[in-house]
Amino acid sequence: MTSPLLGRDRSDRIYRQVLTGFALALPLLIVIILGVLFTNAWPAVKRFGASFLVTSTWDPVSEVYGAAPMIFGTLASSLLALLIAVPLALSVAIFLTEFAPRRLRQPVAFLVELLAAIPSVVYGMWGIFVLIPFLRSYVVPPLKAVFGWTPFLQGVFYGNSLLAGGVILAIMIVPYIAAVSREVLLAVPTSQREAALAMGATRWEAVRSAVLPYGRAGLIGAIILGLGRALGETMAVTMVIGNRHDISVSLLQPAYTMAAAIANEFSEATTATYQSALMEVGLILFVLTVAVNAIARILIWRVARGVAVGSRAL
Amino acid sequence: MTALVVILSFTAVLALVLILGNLIVKGASSIDWAFFTKSPVPAGQSGGGVANAIVGTAIIVGVAALIGVPIGVGAGMYLAEYGSGRLGFLVRFIADVLNGTPSIVVGIVGWTFIVKPTGHFSALAGSVALAILMIPMLARTTEEMVRLVPNSLREAALALGYPRWRTSLKVVARTAMGGIVTGCLVGIARIAGETAPLLFTALGNLNFTVNVNQPMQTLSLQIYVYATGPFDEWHRIAWASALVLMGLVLIISLAARWVTRQRYGSIR
Repeated sequence: MTSPLLGRDRSDRIYRQVLTGFALALPLLIVIILGVLFTNAWPAVKRFGASFLVTSTWDPVSEVYGAAPMIFGTLASSLLALLIAVPLALSVAIFLTEFAPRRLRQPVAFLVELLAAIPSVVYGMWGIFVLIPFLRSYVVPPLKAVFGWTPFLQGVFYGNSLLAGGVILAIMIVPYIAAVSREVLLAVPTSQREAALAMGATRWEAVRSAVLPYGRAGLIGAIILGLGRALGETMAVTMVIGNRHDISVSLLQPAYTMAAAIANEFSEATTATYQSALMEVGLILFVLTVAVNAIARILIWRVARGVAVGSRAL
Repeated sequence: MTALVVILSFTAVLALVLILGNLIVKGASSIDWAFFTKSPVPAGQSGGGVANAIVGTAIIVGVAALIGVPIGVGAGMYLAEYGSGRLGFLVRFIADVLNGTPSIVVGIVGWTFIVKPTGHFSALAGSVALAILMIPMLARTTEEMVRLVPNSLREAALALGYPRWRTSLKVVARTAMGGIVTGCLVGIARIAGETAPLLFTALGNLNFTVNVNQPMQTLSLQIYVYATGPFDEWHRIAWASALVLMGLVLIISLAARWVTRQRYGSIR
């Protein structure tokens, strides 16, 4: 008869090995994604070298590819989105943690989190049929009247544009930034607030002088996390940004993003070089978002350690 | 400043109200029984429905869940039970980083492993891509939920002579089951609306099919094609499809909340 303790040791070991196997799937996944992108992109990397990043010709007929317009469009639309989204999202987070009456906190948090549950393609459609007409009638004319002389508002506004892409992205990343910022602010010890209030600060002064500085690294992390989302967002942007291979600083002109280029052109990329060029675009996008996300996570972990922020979409 | 914060917060909430309002106003009128039971008709004709897309969404998401749930939940159990070491830290970090990966890039992976070797688009490739999106999400929510289980329960089981694996499965995992199920439902709700990774894997299909080796339609692909198409009739169907998809996502999300509430009462 074998000792029950011996059998237990073995079954415990097997259990642990099985779970470890599942856990190893994640590092494996990132290696697979990188491997797939890199091997497929290699012909384009070899052929175009650094010029891929800085030239603007994208010509499938003569097989010359330069991704500068997409890289520019991705960065420009994401930064525009951040400019709009950050004040909104931080307000939501501050309102929910500091000012809202207890009864309001749950419903408002729920509504904002619901925004995160709306599929990207639905945002895109809403952008085409509601947002763009709205921008055309009510936003662009007054903007042009006041700031029309700046290089950012040159040209005629046809609808599909960098502006439309940035605004739709802003609406989409507000819930992410708000949810993570809220977690960060909740992690700020109550004693911070009490100390400021005891010194005679108003509630807003307490937030500004004691709560926000304490959570600063985490809040910046939340914003960078939002940036990561914006950089990789595909459908909604593809549907409203205009998809033109061109660099223009005017917000009213069509632009292109890396994700949109892959979405539009991948299934019609017939030659090996064309496909490889799109894979290189994917590789750049992946490396960029991984780097941005990694930075964001490190910042957030410094404040709210081990919180699986953002994963709780609802 | 306080007033400004309140105004900006309500602006953000207003966006949601506007989007949902638009969906209901523009979509509801087109939804009738035929919409759920018929397949699309050729462009130019009116009528038809999105039965193929609804069934396709269910199949693609279902297969993705079959692949993704065991791996994601297993990885989450590892993180909660054995994740204090260096490997745990690495896996947790990678899960968080992968959570922000552009879904279109994951579509490329599905395409490379299934579409390219077989030479044709297929629903299965789409499911694999969606499963990859699910895994990091599930790993983190499972870990969080399992960590909520009080240590005293674990200790009690071990003290009674339960082996560790049995404690983990029969006591810890079972106690956290409500939370784990919630995590899975939230994950399913999220991938149900995904479009980008399906563009060059599941591709879309105008006909009704249940064959996972063939191209298959989903509600999200249908919305994309019809909303960007030139016909008013298509736009009408796109709005209605969006309302159906949104309703589906909402029902799953609310079910997820309900499961959690049954177990833990109201959480934060």
